[in-house]
Amino acid sequence: MTNNLYLKNGLRFVLLILAQVLVFNRLNFLGFINPMIYLLFLYWYPIKQRRSIFIIISFILGFIIDIFSDTLAFHSVACVTMAYFRPAIMRFVFGVNYEFQSFKLSNTTKAQQIAFLAFLIIGHHAIFFMLEIFSFSHLLLLLKKTISTSAGTLILGILIISLFSAEKE
Amino acid sequence: MQQIINFILRNKTTLLYLFLLTLGISMSVQSHSYHRARFFNSANWLSGSLYGVQSDISSYFNLREENEKLVEENTRLRNLLFNLEIDSLEGVVKDSFPFEVIPAKIIKNSYALRNNYITINKGAVNGIEQDMGVITSKGILGIVEHTSNGFAAVQSLLNTKSNINAKIKNTNNFGSLKWNTDRFDVVQLEDIPRIVELYIGDTIVTGAMSSIFPENIPIGTIKKFDLLASENFYTIDVALFNDMTNIKNVYIIKNRDSDEIQILEEKIENDQ
Repeated sequence: MTNNLYLKNGLRFVLLILAQVLVFNRLNFLGFINPMIYLLFLYWYPIKQRRSIFIIISFILGFIIDIFSDTLAFHSVACVTMAYFRPAIMRFVFGVNYEFQSFKLSNTTKAQQIAFLAFLIIGHHAIFFMLEIFSFSHLLLLLKKTISTSAGTLILGILIISLFSAEKE
Repeated sequence: MQQIINFILRNKTTLLYLFLLTLGISMSVQSHSYHRARFFNSANWLSGSLYGVQSDISSYFNLREENEKLVEENTRLRNLLFNLEIDSLEGVVKDSFPFEVIPAKIIKNSYALRNNYITINKGAVNGIEQDMGVITSKGILGIVEHTSNGFAAVQSLLNTKSNINAKIKNTNNFGSLKWNTDRFDVVQLEDIPRIVELYIGDTIVTGAMSSIFPENIPIGTIKKFDLLASENFYTIDVALFNDMTNIKNVYIIKNRDSDEIQILEEKIENDQ
């Protein structure tokens, strides 16, 4: 069972990186929207695992994406921050009951799942574009990029989640 | 002591997070400064090979278009050659020319960020070094920033750190070419004095002030120019000849004299 867990997450890690760098990084929808689909790793990662390991893995995930897209450490910082704040976001979205043993992401309502994903995405994109643009004199550009790319990632993310949630009838 | 250890144990996740955050932010800040040696970029073995495989597959889909571009360029070069006064190229001593051209292919392109980099499939093994110019058949593209054995990362024109010497064709009024990140088909030419007469549609070419590019390589045409009343310099929007979203074959320009020029320039700096 635990082996299965490692295998599943390892595979997910590699596939999400490949999908991100080979497909979604070159989408350039409307010239600048490149959805960051690898964030789904943070969405899917099991809750009961040790937090420090999760944070380190998230950093490595962001770092690999950074190397591939020549955006050194923007993805890493954004990704590791969201990994750190994920429990807080979950507590906010799902209430206290997410801390119970029996809690499962698939048992929550659709609205809760989408809200959780949306918080992850918006937080991540805001940090990413703040670092990328690196000046507050371009506040409008920052907002435009954050909002449009978040919308892109969210739509694709929901589609991909529903595509791979086979276990539920 | 006990308390310190307890504190660390209690907050180990937060401390770990803060450590990784600092690491990441310091790397980001470093990557904003010009020409800092970076070990991690897309010109490494792993990403280079992965992009290489992808490019091998996807390049089949626009072979026809690429071929047409190359034939067009060949025709232009043939035209030039036939109208030259020399009989054949055999008598020409190649080594006496300062510039050498190395062909390469783009395996990763980006234009949606503020600092865009392009990865090409030639590296240190093929004689590529930092600060070599990269052009296409239509115009200039960027400057090599990092190399690994088999790959190189090129700082695109579409990069806020890019700064290239350019001039108006057939004059000697030069300025520097920068990018304000607004559009991926328009770059800005700065520092052209107000005394110069400009017309929309004038061609902008590389200037003679840098040892990276030969003089008179096309860049683009003037799309729009502004002159604020209080300022002495124009801000010119230049529409690029290259379609930055669709490029495959590039040439890297090696300047045999660049070492000599650099040594001279360093001497001047040291003397001052």
